[in-house]
Amino acid sequence: MAIDTNGSSPSGYGPDHPAPVIEPPRARTRRTPRTTRTNFEMYGWLFMRVSGILLVVLVITHLMIQLVLDGGVSKVSFAFVAGRWASPFWQAWDLIMLWLAMLHGGLGLRTIINDYAQRDGTRFWLKMLLYTATVFTVLLGTLVIFTFDPNIS
Amino acid sequence: MATPTLEKQPAADTGHLVTVTFRIRRFDPERSADAYWQDFELRIDPKERVLDGLHQIKWEHDGSLTFRRSCAHGICGSDAMRINGKNRLACKVLIKDIADVKDGVGTKPVVIEAMKGMTVLKDLIVDMDPFFQAYRDMMPFLITSGNEPTRERRQSPRDRERFDDTTKCILCAACTSSCPVFWNDGQYFGPAAIVNAHRFIFDSRDEGGEQRLEILNDRDGVWRCRTIFNCTDACPRGIQVTKAIQEVKQALITRRF
Ligand code: SF4
Ligand code: FES
Repeated sequence: MAIDTNGSSPSGYGPDHPAPVIEPPRARTRRTPRTTRTNFEMYGWLFMRVSGILLVVLVITHLMIQLVLDGGVSKVSFAFVAGRWASPFWQAWDLIMLWLAMLHGGLGLRTIINDYAQRDGTRFWLKMLLYTATVFTVLLGTLVIFTFDPNIS
Repeated sequence: MATPTLEKQPAADTGHLVTVTFRIRRFDPERSADAYWQDFELRIDPKERVLDGLHQIKWEHDGSLTFRRSCAHGICGSDAMRINGKNRLACKVLIKDIADVKDGVGTKPVVIEAMKGMTVLKDLIVDMDPFFQAYRDMMPFLITSGNEPTRERRQSPRDRERFDDTTKCILCAACTSSCPVFWNDGQYFGPAAIVNAHRFIFDSRDEGGEQRLEILNDRDGVWRCRTIFNCTDACPRGIQVTKAIQEVKQALITRRF
């Protein structure tokens, strides 16, 4: 391959008008935002570990009771749920499980969005969607656990 | 010819040479906007390094091939590149270890491309500015307070041992550009910057550890590490990069609790 020093190549690019290079997403520059001095990321990281361990116990017990023990999934009915939620212990169990699972999952998805969304706009809107969905589900679930009426017609 | 013997000498013992294909990802913005793969067939001693193969291409086949190298002995960190999909220093990889040579022929091509996650300027040369910016953000210098001592700052061998591993970094960027988190978000400080922060955070003579921890506690700091271990695998100096990152995480947690 001969090297063309006149600066004209078939593609029309040359030393004076080079082709655009492909920049990686979100490069670090001198103007990249500096520290915000909060511990949010650290608490988030710790929460993921602690809630993960708790959820293993909570969810496996939950699945055993609901799906395996005592007749399996076919026994689950309105009456079965009503019976369990008559006890404050299982109410608290389900409440804690709901909150931990939703926050754990929400934080995890936030991490995934941060890792994979390339443009700032995509990042922002995906996270807003995620936060809305998380808050909605958590509030709805909490509301149901506290206002559940076993005598509903 | 004045020196016929010299002419004949190399021709006489080429029995140890093997034929290896170098497949290189080329990009020259002054010629085309597209990158392309180019194959070079070389006769080369299998005990030579990949860098020697690149030299042979540049000196004997195609002078336009562009790459960085300075020391050629694994000291300067100029020639980190992706060799067969892994970030390596071209001057530390032997041809016989990666070309799968059988009966004098390399059965696998040696695939060489520029490091990922960085702007390719030409062929194997990438823009290192964002990488060094992250390094600078870490304040990689001794920070102290009070009067300067009249003699050297003493340190026990045990205190020195604490951060010995991370002093070995040569800033080649092999670790940072092997990190999948960095590929998608260049604002993550990356393993190399954290390694160099670690070197000062755990230095008993340094007093700026708190500031560095504060920086690494943030959104783009150590909490983005997913313990993928690509960095540890890539480091040509054998630094336990992931371990260093975990130690910084640990320091941040124990600082709070
Ligand atoms: S830690 Fe290792 S791979 Fe990373 S820049 Fe330093 S020497 Fe290179
Ligand atoms: S050329 Fe200096 S490290 Fe390879």
